[in-house]
Amino acid sequence: MATTGALEQGTAAQWTRRHLLGLRELSADDLRLILQTAESFREVSLRPIKKVPALRGKTVVNLFFEPSTRTRTSFELAAKRLSADIVNIAAAGSSLSKGETVLDTVRNLEALKVDLLVIRHAAAGVPHALAKRISASVINAGDGAHEHPTQALLDLFTIQEKKGRIAGLKVSIIGDIAHSRVARSNIWGLTKLGAQVTVCGPPSLLPRHIEQLGVRVVYRLDEAIRDADVLMLLRIQHERQEAVLVPSLREYRLTYGVDQARLAHAKPEVLIMHPGPVNRGVELDSRVADGPYSVILDQVTNGLAVRMAVLYLVAGAPKLDEAEG
Amino acid sequence: MAGVLIRGGQVVDPATNRNGRFDVLIADGLIRDIAPTIAANGAAVVDAAGWLVLPGLVDLHAHLRQPGREDKETIETGARAAVRGGFTTVCAMPNTDPAIDTGGVAQYVAQEARRVGLAAVHPIGAITRGRQGKELSDFGELFEAGCVALSDDGNAVAHPLLMRRALEYAKIFNRPLIQHAEDPQLAAGGVMHEGLVSTTLGLRGIPGEAESTMVARDLALAELTGGWVHFAHLSSAQSVELIRQAKRRGVRVTCEVTPHHLALTEQAVGEFETRAKVNPPLRDEADRQALIEGLRDGTIDCIATDHAPHTDWEKEADFDSAPFGISGLETALAVCVQTLVVPGLLAWVHLVEKLSAAPAKIAGVEAGTLRAGAPADVILVDPNATWTVDPQRFASKGRHSPFAGQTLTGAVTQVFKAGAQVA
Amino acid sequence: MTEPAYHEKAKVLDADGIRRALTRIAHEILEHNKGTAGVALVGIRTRGALLAQRLAQAIEAIDQRPVQVGILDITLYRDDVSRATPQPVVRATEIPFDVTDQDVVLVDDVLFTGRTIRAALNALNDLGRPRTIQLAVLVDRGHRELPIRADYAGKNIPTSRRERVQVRLREVDEAEEVVIEAPAADPAASTPGGR
Repeated sequence: MATTGALEQGTAAQWTRRHLLGLRELSADDLRLILQTAESFREVSLRPIKKVPALRGKTVVNLFFEPSTRTRTSFELAAKRLSADIVNIAAAGSSLSKGETVLDTVRNLEALKVDLLVIRHAAAGVPHALAKRISASVINAGDGAHEHPTQALLDLFTIQEKKGRIAGLKVSIIGDIAHSRVARSNIWGLTKLGAQVTVCGPPSLLPRHIEQLGVRVVYRLDEAIRDADVLMLLRIQHERQEAVLVPSLREYRLTYGVDQARLAHAKPEVLIMHPGPVNRGVELDSRVADGPYSVILDQVTNGLAVRMAVLYLVAGAPKLDEAEG
Repeated sequence: MAGVLIRGGQVVDPATNRNGRFDVLIADGLIRDIAPTIAANGAAVVDAAGWLVLPGLVDLHAHLRQPGREDKETIETGARAAVRGGFTTVCAMPNTDPAIDTGGVAQYVAQEARRVGLAAVHPIGAITRGRQGKELSDFGELFEAGCVALSDDGNAVAHPLLMRRALEYAKIFNRPLIQHAEDPQLAAGGVMHEGLVSTTLGLRGIPGEAESTMVARDLALAELTGGWVHFAHLSSAQSVELIRQAKRRGVRVTCEVTPHHLALTEQAVGEFETRAKVNPPLRDEADRQALIEGLRDGTIDCIATDHAPHTDWEKEADFDSAPFGISGLETALAVCVQTLVVPGLLAWVHLVEKLSAAPAKIAGVEAGTLRAGAPADVILVDPNATWTVDPQRFASKGRHSPFAGQTLTGAVTQVFKAGAQVA
Repeated sequence: MTEPAYHEKAKVLDADGIRRALTRIAHEILEHNKGTAGVALVGIRTRGALLAQRLAQAIEAIDQRPVQVGILDITLYRDDVSRATPQPVVRATEIPFDVTDQDVVLVDDVLFTGRTIRAALNALNDLGRPRTIQLAVLVDRGHRELPIRADYAGKNIPTSRRERVQVRLREVDEAEEVVIEAPAADPAASTPGGR
């Protein structure tokens, strides 16, 4: 309860967006409103009856074209705690992901009278393509290497909770920036709220012109660790290794793996974050992942409150037909 | 001899160095006379005052999809789109199904085009069988069947030794090999230009170097073999500079650029706009400026549409899944006028040359001139008319254009193909 | 939907009046519950929460014993959300004690249709099972739409439906008063505001 004060200040903003597709298009006020709302929702999960009737009668569809356990479960639980009806459609590997076009999918969902569509897809921009053509609200639960807005929001929420602020903090994002939707959403969110962001990784995993997004770029892990208030580690994808992006996982661990020895040069109160699942012994040593500065499990807990806030806010935005009518 | 007399227009014909007010008399499918004043003598008179009188435009690079993907385009709809856009001659790329890699398929395309009759359609044969990049197709048979050039367009001929042999062998026929210069490994999985926009959207990028490294290689091979390489749809500044230097050395090289690469950049992709998904991708402003400069200084020989129609449902997919391509025949001239002539970057006479005489020369076809005695491929253009692009009104089956909704200058008002009015 | 202009029609309570009303309610709560044992005050955000704090101080001043105070946010229980308007801002519910088997006194500023209280009763239900739930309001202005009544009312004010009652508290409003406002012009076009 101590943290609410700082967030409540200056958030007279109202939520009017029909979709949550990414953090790039949000204002700092939008971000603060979501975080403040999430703060209020956190208390619901501490009650004996962990449920409020706010979205009673609404239908939420979890449409996941990529396997995911934690994000899907988190959205499902969030929807249930708001008393919405939720349907899970796991489309990975099914005909949905191949033969059917995005448009076909949309038409099928429209026929089901869905209010909110939570979508994850391996291709960037699929949520945008849906949002253009569907009357339901679309929430992006991760699209290719583009954005994963609710992950970044829960990261922001966790930083705010642990550090009491975001503005002025030095946050280093370490790893495969090029293929990371988490990195992109966090870059937008953190910079809009006034943090100083450094990205660190081998140049083969840093996308071109990334510095133009307002971040500092370093190649050396020690430079990213020194002075950082928060270290955000990204998962290195085993399956991408065929693309000769780094010589080997072993080499990656030697050069970019965060262990206790590397952390000897960190600030004493540094936060260690990871969107999960962690490749233990690759990007993050087990002792660090389970150590005192790791907030990885807090991230999971906060994910629920953040997703409740997002579902609640987006559900209230005017629908297309209503907005035009 | 009745014919048609086009009276009082501004004749712009780079092939005959004509740029002034002339009357043009058409009869029996030919240009009979061209003079300051011609008496009608029973010919139907077209008042062209205030209009430009140009040679029918020539497109060195269009995808007409027939045979195989008649749902995207047919030779008939493609030809209709061509004449609407002022093109009376079109070279059809061989990435059909089956590919134009035998004389039989080439003859089928030529025959179907003759049946349609709107525009002259010349097939381009495949360099390799099935465009697979493994074995050379039978060049002699293809040229015998009417092919004007060879290309694996859509794919690069990636194998360096195969490209060398192709350049050597094509010397027999004195015809160009049209290379889609794109290193398949450097471009692998890419869907747009590798730059700030791809970084922001998280889309896999294709660097300009995927093109320029292959341009560099093929220039070296052309120099080695004395063969003629023509680069399709240039997109990167580096490529332009490499070709500029090679031309100075006397390498036998020609090249083309598309209207969309002259007009647009990666910014057109905006928020996953599939209508701007094209290969090679729209690049950055420095590349665009280099292409315009290359066109101005003669490094780039001609403008070609790379007309690449697709069905709506394909183009409306998500960005990764949507096919590459822009339906370009019907906007090409006006996009060029708006991008190059209106801001004073290129005079009309030079633009017309890049769209008629120059591509006709590369294709080796008798077109692109208003010389007396030549086939009467003539178009009339209102240079000041403005119009708004509405792809739903295209003659092409491809109703997707990044220029949709834009207002452009320069409208084709009448088109004559071999003396017959076709649009 | 433009907000019609309102003008002040009457001041029904000033700072002194508010203080006296709260003191009287404090006495009534103590008398009715025979002391503070088991009594908890739960104020409805925003002004009800402020009034609950003041009532707690008043009770403590009389009885010399502290009384538990909590804050209830009923946004998520409202029956008018998600109707094509932006969602109201949700704030935290802060009830740092178990309400089960307590005598809970709900506190709000104005009792009008009763819908806010209905939402608050539902919300309290999800937090536990109080022994009793009582209702204290500063102003009861009538026009109930649900079978709800106040156990303690600072003042009953007859109003027209079109009028609105403004409670201003110095903590948030830079004033300390209760006023009735009436729509300035064209009463037919105006809508009831406030509570």
